[in-house]
Amino acid sequence: MEARVRAAPGIDPGQRAEGVRFAAWLFVLQRASAAVLALCVLVHLATIIYAVRHGLSAQAIVTRLHASAAWPAFYAVFVVAVSVHAPIGLRAVVGEWLRLRGPLVDAVLALVAAGLLVGGLYTVLSLGF
Amino acid sequence: MPTPPDTPTFPVRIWRGGADGAFRRYDVPRRASQTVLDVVTHVQRHVDPSLAYRYACRVGMCGSCAMTVNGRARWTCRTHVDAVAGNGGLEIAPLSHLPIVRDLVVDMEPFFDKWASAKGQFVPTATRYDDFAKVEPGSAARRAIDATIECIGCAVCYASCDVVGWKEDYLGPAALNRAFTLVNDVRDGAGIARVRAIAKDGGCESCHTHQSCTQRCPKHLSPSGSIAALKRVVARAVVKGEL
Repeated sequence: MEARVRAAPGIDPGQRAEGVRFAAWLFVLQRASAAVLALCVLVHLATIIYAVRHGLSAQAIVTRLHASAAWPAFYAVFVVAVSVHAPIGLRAVVGEWLRLRGPLVDAVLALVAAGLLVGGLYTVLSLGF
Repeated sequence: MPTPPDTPTFPVRIWRGGADGAFRRYDVPRRASQTVLDVVTHVQRHVDPSLAYRYACRVGMCGSCAMTVNGRARWTCRTHVDAVAGNGGLEIAPLSHLPIVRDLVVDMEPFFDKWASAKGQFVPTATRYDDFAKVEPGSAARRAIDATIECIGCAVCYASCDVVGWKEDYLGPAALNRAFTLVNDVRDGAGIARVRAIAKDGGCESCHTHQSCTQRCPKHLSPSGSIAALKRVVARAVVKGEL
C-alpha cells in the first residue's frame, strides 16, 4: 500500500523550481555579501579610528578620497554588498516578525535594494571624484 | 503505593484545557528519585483522573512523554524533579508550537507532516532481488549518518526552536536532521528532489543557528549541525545549477 503523504499547512509540496532557486540564491547572496561586509566593516572601522586619532578634518578626508581611485572603488564594493545584504535580511525580519511575505513584499524590498544602491553609489561618486 | 500522611508536598502547576486553558495548581507528595512523569501520573491517578497526558516506555526510548517543564521542553520520564524544581515548584505545560489537543497532549500531525514535506522517507534504489548494499562504515557519509540517525522524533527540538514559532512553514530541526541523514545514505534515490524539498522558502536557509535544538536534544544530537551541512549542500547545488 502506498504510504500516505500529506503536506503541513502552509507548505506547498510542489513549490515551483523557480521559487526554490530564488530562495537558495537569496541564501547564497546573503552569505557571500556577509563575507564581503565582514572585511569592508573592518577596513571602514580602522579608517574611522585612524581619522579620529590623527585629527583629520572633513576636508582632509575628502582630499584623500580624491587622491586614489582605490577608496571610491572600495566604498563602491561596500555599497553593493550592503544593497544585497540588507534587503535579504529585512525580508527575513518582516517575514518572521510581521508575518509579511509574498511578491509584494519582495517588490518593496527590491526597491529598498535599488534605493540603497543608487543612493550609496551617488554618495561614493560625489565624494570620490 | 499509598502516601504516608507526613510526606511533604510541593506545588505543581499543570496546564488544563485547550489553547485557551489555564494552569491549575496541585500539591504533590515529594519522593526520592521522583521524575516529572511520576508527578503527572500521581495527579492523574490520585487527584484528577481527567488529566490527559501521553507516555509509553518510561525509559527514554519512545519520546512520547515530552512536555514543557518550567519553560523548557524535556522528556518527563528522564527528568528528575530534583534537577528542575530546586526549592520551588514545577510548571508543566504541553509542548510549544504544536496544537493542544487537551491538557498536556499535543497534536503531532504538523510535526510529522513536515518530515514528509522534507522528504524524510527513504527512497529505495534496489529491489529484493539485489544483493545487500555495501556501505563502508568508516566513510565520511556513513559517519555523518552516525551523528544524526538516533533521532526518535520526540519534538523537543521542534518545541525549542524560535524559528518554528516565527515561521509557520519552517520545516524544523527534526525534519531537516532526518533529511540530512538520507542525503548521506548512499542507498537512497531521492537525490536532487530532496535537496529541492529542503531548499524552498521555509527550508534549511531559514535556520538562524540559535542552537536551542542542539542544546535541548535529549539524545545529544546536533540538528543545527545537520542544518548547517544542508545549507552547504543547497548552496553548492544552486551555484552548480542543479536545483
